[in-house]
Amino acid sequence: MQPTSLDFKDNAKAALADPNLQRAMAKLREGFVNRRGTATEALPEFEALRDQSRDIKDHVLANLDHYLECYEERVEESGGHLHWCETAEDAREAILRICRSVGAKTVTKGKSMIGEEIAINPFLEAAGIEPVETDLGEYIVQLRGETPSHIIAPAIHVTKEQVAADFRDRHTEFPADRSLDEAPTLVAEARQVLRQRYLEADVGITGANFLVAETGSSIIVTNEGNGDLTQILPRVHIVMATLEKLVPTLEDAATILRVLARSATGQEFSTYTTVSTGPRREGDLDGPEQYHVILLDNGRSEMLGSEFQDVLRCIRCGACMNHCPVYQAVGGHSYGWVYPGPVGSVLTPALIGVEQGRHLPNASTFCGRCEEVCPMRIPLPKMLRHWREKEFEKHLNPATQRFGLKAWAFVAKRPRLYRFVTRIAASLMRTKAGGKGRLSSLPLAKGWTAHRDLAAPEGPGFLQQWQAKGRR
Amino acid sequence: MVARDAILGKIRKRLEGRPGRADMAAIAERLEQHRPNLVPARGQVPLDRRIALFEEATQALSGTSDRVGDVSEVPAAVARYLRQQNLPLQVRQAPDPRLDAVPWSQEPLLQVGRGVARPEDQVSVTAVEAAVAETATLVMTSAPETPTSLNFLPETHIAVLRTSQLHGTYEEVFDDLRERFGPGVLPRSLNFITGPSRTGDIEQTLELGAHGPRRLHILLVEDAPENEGQ
Repeated sequence: MQPTSLDFKDNAKAALADPNLQRAMAKLREGFVNRRGTATEALPEFEALRDQSRDIKDHVLANLDHYLECYEERVEESGGHLHWCETAEDAREAILRICRSVGAKTVTKGKSMIGEEIAINPFLEAAGIEPVETDLGEYIVQLRGETPSHIIAPAIHVTKEQVAADFRDRHTEFPADRSLDEAPTLVAEARQVLRQRYLEADVGITGANFLVAETGSSIIVTNEGNGDLTQILPRVHIVMATLEKLVPTLEDAATILRVLARSATGQEFSTYTTVSTGPRREGDLDGPEQYHVILLDNGRSEMLGSEFQDVLRCIRCGACMNHCPVYQAVGGHSYGWVYPGPVGSVLTPALIGVEQGRHLPNASTFCGRCEEVCPMRIPLPKMLRHWREKEFEKHLNPATQRFGLKAWAFVAKRPRLYRFVTRIAASLMRTKAGGKGRLSSLPLAKGWTAHRDLAAPEGPGFLQQWQAKGRR
Repeated sequence: MVARDAILGKIRKRLEGRPGRADMAAIAERLEQHRPNLVPARGQVPLDRRIALFEEATQALSGTSDRVGDVSEVPAAVARYLRQQNLPLQVRQAPDPRLDAVPWSQEPLLQVGRGVARPEDQVSVTAVEAAVAETATLVMTSAPETPTSLNFLPETHIAVLRTSQLHGTYEEVFDDLRERFGPGVLPRSLNFITGPSRTGDIEQTLELGAHGPRRLHILLVEDAPENEGQ
């Protein structure tokens, strides 16, 4: 996927002016946010489980090489194949090789963010293999030729009417005058269409929420059951996963699963949690004959031991974006690449480069809600700050901003000068505000005052009061 | 194996000497011991509470359940449910010896097929491996007698759960699985099923029956004394 993260400002402007998107975002605030609140309050151990989940992932990341070796051994013992891939290109090639080896024409796909990251769909299409998304949201987005705008609700930006129009346009096997006004009819139609696709598919590709070192298993969670039909009906099951999905044991997976669904959709547990280990066994009447795991690095190993290591704890629940005032205002497409929201603003610069992703760490009010709700306690604001520092070091921000910051630093490092300058500035602002106490415009801060007034400083400042009261 | 060694080498270089590093022996020991982490108290209650918890949560998930005293009552309970739902009296049963004791002939109108799920099958009947009261979750394992497709393809899934199989927590189930399959070994598919299939992908409104079963009906066979404790 070609990033458009450099156009963040324009993307955001368009998003703010899009009434459909704004309606969807208002619903998100009521839906995901409230449901998470209710679900987490209903489990007294929730906060302690967050601590343990963080510790489990920290332990795995500190010993990732060891755990990968244990995992590899188990995958092979259970008859699966592990494909180590350093780059997105390696992963695409490995997947294509497997598809070609069985003469695949159609591939069904469960929801996977890695699939977006390595842009597997256009690649398979170019090779003459038809990829069919089966998660309802992903299917809608695929029909529309778009990309997901939320990591767990990919079609959150699309209205029911738009879905109906797309279905009418593409599902030509049904009578053109059928009613598609209600959501249940749309779900039933998608179910019917995709049912056929599952049965035809030669290969099923899913992502993975976890890889388990103890058993060599991959775990996916879904609510629709599409990930299951995708992996049990075709002859070949391919799992795409990145290195950091590893957990030591089933017990560790259970602990993190207890915080995952609650943080994501506010469910106690997702409808389907599926643990897949190797191909079908002797005598089994269904299940895939081949089981392959595409184990992708694509920049993760570089993040180990760096100030960004903690973001590798992410379990892709989406809580940070659901609670982010910036995401709530502009939606996922504004971020211009695969991962939106606060976690996207940390991951994107790491994966596609800070030059391409440089606007994203600035798309934050630093309100800290993301860190408050992150089940893995990832210090997202701190990491956004690290990226801003890197941008400054690399001279990626505009000259005026750099000059302003430097001028401020010069003054702030000299207390007397600082006091003198701020006193003058405060009195000037007071005068300019007149009796209103508010400023509706201010030189150098037009971007701020364009949308709201700035309260003018009143009376003596803190330091003056402190001195006057004898420093008490 | 060039990529494998390159990736592992890169990881090692970046992690060497950092806090939290353990040696391979310590890692192997942690895997062998597979200690449970904090387990919520909710599921760790006597059987009668577990059953109540399971039934309440099933209902909250838009699933349904029914209690029967004995396997011999299963055919009548299945037929009753199908009639209530206005479904044809036709089921596909897992080729599972645990279900062979079900006296289907007591319901002469009910047609029972055995085997893997076929696209035309509307209703499946399966026995479960276990269940977890904490979240009203069914646990299914794949085997020649328990094909996974029966849990997903038909529009209606009827699961037979003996109360003696109702655990409090996932961790208890893991221990049973290790005992049954050996340490570190699992069957091809281990499915945790919590309610019927659902989606919120159209304007964030909840719809049932996205791809998996639209209806999940659980028959609780009371084969354990409720006061037996945990």
